[in-house]
Amino acid sequence: MVTVTPTTTAPPNARRRPGGRPVLRLLILVAIVAVVLYPLIWMVGTSLKSQEEIVNNVGLLPERFTPGNYTAGWSNFDVSFGRFFLNSAMVSLLTVVGNGLSCLLAAYAFARLRFRLRGMWFAVMIGTLLLPQHVLIVPQYILFRTLGLVGGDWPYLPLLIPQFLATEAFFVFLMVQFMRGVPRELDEAARIDGAGPFGIFRHIILPLSRPALVTTAIFSFIWTWNDFFRQLVFLSQLEDYTVPVALTLFIDSTSQSAVGPMFAMSVLSLLPVFLFFVAFQRMLVEGINTSGIKG
Amino acid sequence: MALTTAPDPTRRGPGSDRAHAQRRGPGRFRHSEGLAGYVFLSPWLIGLMGVTAIPMLLSLYLSFTNYDILTPFSEVEWVGLANYERMFTADPSYWHAVRVTLTFALIAVPLKLGAALGVALLLNRAWRGVGLFRGLFYLPSLLGGSVALAIVWVNMFNRDGAFNSLLSLFGITGKPWVNDPDWALETLMVLAIWQFGAPMVIFLAGLKQVPTELYEAASVDGAGRFRQFRNVTLPMLSPVIFFNLVLETINGFQGFTAAFVLSNGTGGPVDSTLMYTLNLYITGFTDLNMGYASAMAWVFLLAIAVITAIFFSTGRFWVHYSDGEDR
Repeated sequence: MVTVTPTTTAPPNARRRPGGRPVLRLLILVAIVAVVLYPLIWMVGTSLKSQEEIVNNVGLLPERFTPGNYTAGWSNFDVSFGRFFLNSAMVSLLTVVGNGLSCLLAAYAFARLRFRLRGMWFAVMIGTLLLPQHVLIVPQYILFRTLGLVGGDWPYLPLLIPQFLATEAFFVFLMVQFMRGVPRELDEAARIDGAGPFGIFRHIILPLSRPALVTTAIFSFIWTWNDFFRQLVFLSQLEDYTVPVALTLFIDSTSQSAVGPMFAMSVLSLLPVFLFFVAFQRMLVEGINTSGIKG
Repeated sequence: MALTTAPDPTRRGPGSDRAHAQRRGPGRFRHSEGLAGYVFLSPWLIGLMGVTAIPMLLSLYLSFTNYDILTPFSEVEWVGLANYERMFTADPSYWHAVRVTLTFALIAVPLKLGAALGVALLLNRAWRGVGLFRGLFYLPSLLGGSVALAIVWVNMFNRDGAFNSLLSLFGITGKPWVNDPDWALETLMVLAIWQFGAPMVIFLAGLKQVPTELYEAASVDGAGRFRQFRNVTLPMLSPVIFFNLVLETINGFQGFTAAFVLSNGTGGPVDSTLMYTLNLYITGFTDLNMGYASAMAWVFLLAIAVITAIFFSTGRFWVHYSDGEDR
């Protein structure tokens, strides 16, 4: 992946055009940071306010930090949020595994192997990149329900099966692009040593594709963790709910008393994504740089 | 099976000549490569058939029926074009949803891209701290699509929310924006614009590709900063602008989560946030009108295809590719 540290562009004085006022620019940027961060800080602040403060103190932060909303929110419903978090973590982690495996296999075929109709299948794959999931949800629901998988013994199959079948074309494309950058001489060398397509995959492509795999893993985790639409459609029992579906239960009870716990659980639900952001910030930003899509 | 035999030499892709020259002798590798290709591709192929192609065909069939999930398949009635007829002539809420979605996309997407480009221009200099700002601005794009953030947003624009307390500092009395049919959709637009970070990062990458010599040349010719922006930056950036525009428009049409959270799944207040996908969800999964919802899904797909095609056909009038090739 390309490293895009700011200093690698042209010498600084070549870029600096006359009339650029650094102080003014910095002020504007800080103002934008304030707008960007305000909702997030307000969210955390409100989650730590007592019931009275939520109504009376309109300030950003609480006068007295009260963690009570977190315990109240955790056990606000008949099923504890611990269960919802476990469900979400399981779905997200299995999605990471499924996407990693299946997209890697498909990408290797597209990037390196010669077989009949490859060009056509590749075009089809690119075509599915822009296919909205909302178009497929009704028939997929019917198919999975006919197979007895909706609300079955393990209701997550309809969410996970597609992820093990490389249906997330974005990741296939990302990996194809990455593998095209792996020198073909390595394949040739392995071939001379007697390696077949499987050997080349195992010993050359797989180890060298680690950066693409990591990018795929991070994005699949975050997107699945945040995903709502599919989970809303396919999960119907309270104990099977994932965090996003469970959070919507708070909306039903619109009483003021639920605001604190609702915010507390919202904060907790965003925490894993935030930690990923802190840990992999550069990688995430560059990931969408090199591959383009979504965010 | 035909698939397992060595590929017909006349039908191989580019680059195969070189590979062929290097691998003299055993056709075995090529034979196993054709087979291996389909082995490695098989999960994707199964997915393409089972999760994409067959559901699409099923959906097309269902769109001509009155299928609801409750009646068995054997009793499903073929209703011809009735669903499409109803959609286009007898369902005001359908057209309302189309209008809501178009309004949302037409306003939110240009503003979001404008914000993204503006901030990218501010950040497009080599100085310390750029990485920090870039990261902070990108954060909303990671969090913004979640239910949690939609909940926060709705409360922020509610009567006692942070936005009104901000307004009160300036002596303005706000209102519960999210409960006002004239303003609810606007709060969702603001949420979309708040997530300008993802297109911004792509703009930044594009800006780095603009050769500095072009600015120097323009500057020698006496072009001021505005002229430089107009005549150098914009044309050089047009492929990236095009890319972001297509992507964000398609994403904009699919907004669901925030509208669902704001309205508790109803599209309210007074249908003001009834986005297309939310309407589709309500039709298919609340009213169980799956035949009609399938028809909506197909029209949605065709509309997106047409809009993308329009983008691509107008693109050649304003998108400038620096390699000189007009696509």
